[in-house]
Amino acid sequence: MGNYVFKRVLMFVPTVLLLSIAVFFIIQLPPGDYVTSYVSRMSAEGEVFTSEDIDNLREQYGLDMPWYYQYGKWMKKIITEGDFGYSFSYNRPVWSVIMDRLPLTVAITLIIMLFSYFVSIPIGIYSALNQYSVGDFVFTTIGFLGVGTPNFLLAIILMFASFTLTGDPLIGLFSEDILREGLNFSNLGGFLKHLIIPIVVIGTGNTCGIIRTVRAQMLDEVTQQYVLTARAKGVSERVITYKYCLRAAMNPVVSGLAGSLSSLFSGSTISAIVMNMAILGPVLYEALKNQDMYLAGTILLTQGFLVVLGTLLSDIALAWLDPRIRYAERSY
Amino acid sequence: MVLHKRKNKKNKDDEYYLASQWTLMGRKFKKHKLAMVSLWVLGILYFVALFGNFIAPSDLVAYNSKIMNAPPTKIHMYHEGKYIGPFVYGIDMERDPVTKRKVYSENMDEIYKIQWFTHGCEYKFLGLFKSDLHLFGVEEGGAILLMGADSMGRDLFSRMILGSQVSLTVPFAGTIISFVLGIIIGGISGYFGGVIDTAIQRIIEVLSSIPSIPLWMALSASIPPDIPVVRMYLYITIIVSFISWTGLARIVRGKFISLRKEDYVMAAKISGVSNFKIITKHLVPGFMSYLIVSLTLGIPGMIIGETSMSFLGLGIRSPATSWGVLLQEAQEITSIATYPWRLIPLFAVILTVLAFNFIGDGLRDAADPYK
Repeated sequence: MGNYVFKRVLMFVPTVLLLSIAVFFIIQLPPGDYVTSYVSRMSAEGEVFTSEDIDNLREQYGLDMPWYYQYGKWMKKIITEGDFGYSFSYNRPVWSVIMDRLPLTVAITLIIMLFSYFVSIPIGIYSALNQYSVGDFVFTTIGFLGVGTPNFLLAIILMFASFTLTGDPLIGLFSEDILREGLNFSNLGGFLKHLIIPIVVIGTGNTCGIIRTVRAQMLDEVTQQYVLTARAKGVSERVITYKYCLRAAMNPVVSGLAGSLSSLFSGSTISAIVMNMAILGPVLYEALKNQDMYLAGTILLTQGFLVVLGTLLSDIALAWLDPRIRYAERSY
Repeated sequence: MVLHKRKNKKNKDDEYYLASQWTLMGRKFKKHKLAMVSLWVLGILYFVALFGNFIAPSDLVAYNSKIMNAPPTKIHMYHEGKYIGPFVYGIDMERDPVTKRKVYSENMDEIYKIQWFTHGCEYKFLGLFKSDLHLFGVEEGGAILLMGADSMGRDLFSRMILGSQVSLTVPFAGTIISFVLGIIIGGISGYFGGVIDTAIQRIIEVLSSIPSIPLWMALSASIPPDIPVVRMYLYITIIVSFISWTGLARIVRGKFISLRKEDYVMAAKISGVSNFKIITKHLVPGFMSYLIVSLTLGIPGMIIGETSMSFLGLGIRSPATSWGVLLQEAQEITSIATYPWRLIPLFAVILTVLAFNFIGDGLRDAADPYK
């Protein structure tokens, strides 16, 4: 087990490096750069730039170099000083812009993730044990709808529903009084109310996906020979379900951890833009539109990094859960 | 009697064992009711998209400032108790004295009959020959807005139908790109193995670890804003195909690795069959059904991808339109609250995505017909 974990951690480093190269390459793809978009915006407001000014600006930001050179410089600073570059549009170091919102982004993502596991696994088990019952039918239908409806469209529908029913569209994460006074006990309820739509919107796709996986896996497991053997030996149904079947059925759920993390980031990015939530999604959107490359690059890199980390953790968890995987690794 | 029955059963068994894999798959697919219904739904949607210019009463550029944000027009049969066939009333506009918002009402004095196969704006049918024939329209001077008008006074129904030509074809073009990329890259990775395999697998792992929507946003942001529509469409297609080809390449690689050790591949090699022929004639047909399933299951993601990008203003841009572009107008809650018909394209998206999901599910069940 230790050996496997060590090997797996060792592979983590080159993957992250490759990730950073891919991200930087994508970020510098747009024609022109921040200076081009800055100059065109400023010219629209009546400022006059000579071509010398423009060249100076480029030199100042190091934008006159080929992309791999810029990448090398960026990476060197990240590794040696922990400096992720400078955000042109915020006039601040990128990391400080990101840290404004990263904790909340991660917190929301984790809440939604926990929520979807807590809801979906019991429902999946129930659906499998009571196949073709009314409850199973209802959950399967909801599951299909949830997987089929795009996140941001669901956000629009729910905000519309909330607006017509209560007159409050529940936009944003914080209501006005929280922004004024900060979060305290009296407005905690309001905050939780504002969490409902994000959780439902961002989590539904993921939750429904896990329900379907757990249900299918459990259905596969309960017909296996070993269940019959256990039952013949007089093992209680409870133990069969939770100790034998569930453990085997959890395999794809655990290996899908990184995938669901990725889909949560995906969903939260676009839903946050629609619902005006103060997390990283809208910042990324603005940064991409203004060609604020270091900011956009660092956000992409952070999200990718977290997903790669998720893959690592789920691989380790899988090896712990399923001995076959670590033995296969050892015999290599 | 009993004997006869048994014989019958045996015949059926024979038939089962003699039928080809594709026949069995088809048979099993037909049993999946939801998938069959979805197939019909999609058939209708694509039929409408194909004849879009003919079915839509107006084109993408026509606008009428007198009907900005007008609600859907009601179609009447009787005027003052007298039957005169389907017609619409004229549209009157007034300003609300308090909110200054435009309020539309029916002008009972003006009657515009609905006409079938009328002549209207010109278009090129399938891009080949010119025509100005439309399925329906109203008499000169009137306006028929089955789903209301947008903020520029353009008919939402026409725009939705013409938008479906983009929204419904992007996933197909994307599927073709994914298919080609997936087979080539996955095939190279699995067939040759070694360093090439490791390198390709790492790259795929990295690409799939960037969450899809942020990745698409970054890639779409790199499309220059002033390029022609056709190239725009091509770029968007390539971007959305990112969702499928990496997964596909993994499947292809896995299958190649397990299949290349089979005796029949070795036999082909010894007989001097070329690598290319072994791949296309002997390996690919062996897992074609899995590829098709995985491609179908990738289509909903592509539709959502195109819709999301266009919705954010990073995808298809005017004068072209797609469902995502139409939904841009539904971005703000106040706009939906006042003009709820702007949400209609959303149901088209959901319907299409669900239909493709069901078909994918049906195909997945059918892909293994011997089970």
